[in-house]
Amino acid sequence: MIINHPILGPRDAAEFVYKGDASLINRPDWQADDAAERFHEYGYLRDNSAGLHRELWFHEQGDRSWLVVTRDTTTHEITKVELARDVARAEGRSR
Amino acid sequence: MHYSGFRVIKEALTGHRGWGPAWRDATPKSHYDYVIIGGGGHGLATAYYLAKQFQQSNIAVIEKGWIGGGNVGRNTTIIRSNYLLDGNEPFYEFSLQLWEGLEQELNYNAMVSQRGIINLIHSDGQRDAFIRRGNAMILNGADAELLTTEQIVARYPFLNVNNARFPIKGGLAQHRGGTVRHDAVAWGYARGADKYGVDIIQNCEVTGFQIKNGVCTGVETTRGFIGAKKVASCVAGSSSRVMGMAGIRLPIESHVLQAFVSEGLKPLLPGVITFGAGHFYCSQSDKGGLVFGGDIDGYNSYAQRGNLPVVEDVCEGGMAIFPNLGRARLLRMWGGVMDMSMDGSPIIDRTHIDGLYFNGGWCYGGFKATPASGFAYAHLLATDTPHKTATAYRLDRFAKGGMIDEKGVGNQPNLH
Repeated sequence: MIINHPILGPRDAAEFVYKGDASLINRPDWQADDAAERFHEYGYLRDNSAGLHRELWFHEQGDRSWLVVTRDTTTHEITKVELARDVARAEGRSR
Repeated sequence: MHYSGFRVIKEALTGHRGWGPAWRDATPKSHYDYVIIGGGGHGLATAYYLAKQFQQSNIAVIEKGWIGGGNVGRNTTIIRSNYLLDGNEPFYEFSLQLWEGLEQELNYNAMVSQRGIINLIHSDGQRDAFIRRGNAMILNGADAELLTTEQIVARYPFLNVNNARFPIKGGLAQHRGGTVRHDAVAWGYARGADKYGVDIIQNCEVTGFQIKNGVCTGVETTRGFIGAKKVASCVAGSSSRVMGMAGIRLPIESHVLQAFVSEGLKPLLPGVITFGAGHFYCSQSDKGGLVFGGDIDGYNSYAQRGNLPVVEDVCEGGMAIFPNLGRARLLRMWGGVMDMSMDGSPIIDRTHIDGLYFNGGWCYGGFKATPASGFAYAHLLATDTPHKTATAYRLDRFAKGGMIDEKGVGNQPNLH
């Protein structure tokens, strides 16, 4: 698979480490009343969709940036690559 | 029809006109006591033990494609019970014991071959860990033996014992481990289940569940609605897709695992060799092909095919420990979709929906578990209590802190 890095251009997926579902960006509030339940869902439960899947890849053998890759899990076709930083900021996770 | 040597001779002399189909091609009835979703090894074994051991009736196995067309037809056929943890080892040892009697039980030649399995050791630390695992195995009634390098070389003279990074310092052997003809397992259980009246319904895909007031009363399928008192999902690889239709999110990611076979060679490998440090294991099929594999590709996939970097990685591992592998040509490679659970161990449990049961999360260890998985799942379905060897395989163990993590790597499915 080739991941089209937003900064570095097309790179072999072998340069990256796979982390999992991009929902991992949305870490729950540890002070919330239902924090234990939310963290169980965050840590252990996954949609595991067959089809389009947004997922985190870390460019370990490159610029060490985190990416959000949109990929079809039934064909491995990659349709969108974003910097995880930008995604997190757009969701108000980071300032 | 009973299979026997006498029968083979009789049929040979009479033009093979007496063989009937090994199981009926059933059409779905409107209602069953038990509907098992998934006609793979585990689903068919569940149906067989439910009918035979637990004497239940009115059972159907429904399968999207043809039986045995999923992971039971795509694995590397190894059986073993060399686990460490109390939650796992009694279960896998029970499974190995069932394998040992399987062919007589089913009157079916599954080519169960207890040719032995050796896990290679490369360092003092690894030897300590393997001794601990061997002792855990023995405590649970399994067999284990620590081998010296000389004992391994006597059996496998071609192994590279002086690899600079991973010299072979011994091995942990389980002599009762081995290989089984994978397709024959599905066919044998199907034939056995059919004999006890189980309906095996192929080309019947589940499209939804009928759930009323928290009770599951049947499944919608491509061949119409089928009512059931108990519905049992047994579709490892596609568990999230099927259970998602019941609104259940699982602690599972689907990943692709590749396997490989070389061209047929003369007998070379007497048993199974695993080079865990190099992510490689190998056995030789009765047809002569070297059957080998390594790690999962490492990303979510339902594609049943992997990518080339892992092919290279597996072959590099093989060449490091087994240099003469380079003289053989790779004949075929394929991928299977694994339910990778969050702790690397399976789930056999009820769900919060009455009448809906779940079996999955087998990671890449499902084949060896087939008999015990079927037995334990049938026990759960018939009695609503877990089998004594499967009490740890609960669906809620991640919320309650009961993880069964053999490698201790945490909730990162692609590391198990």
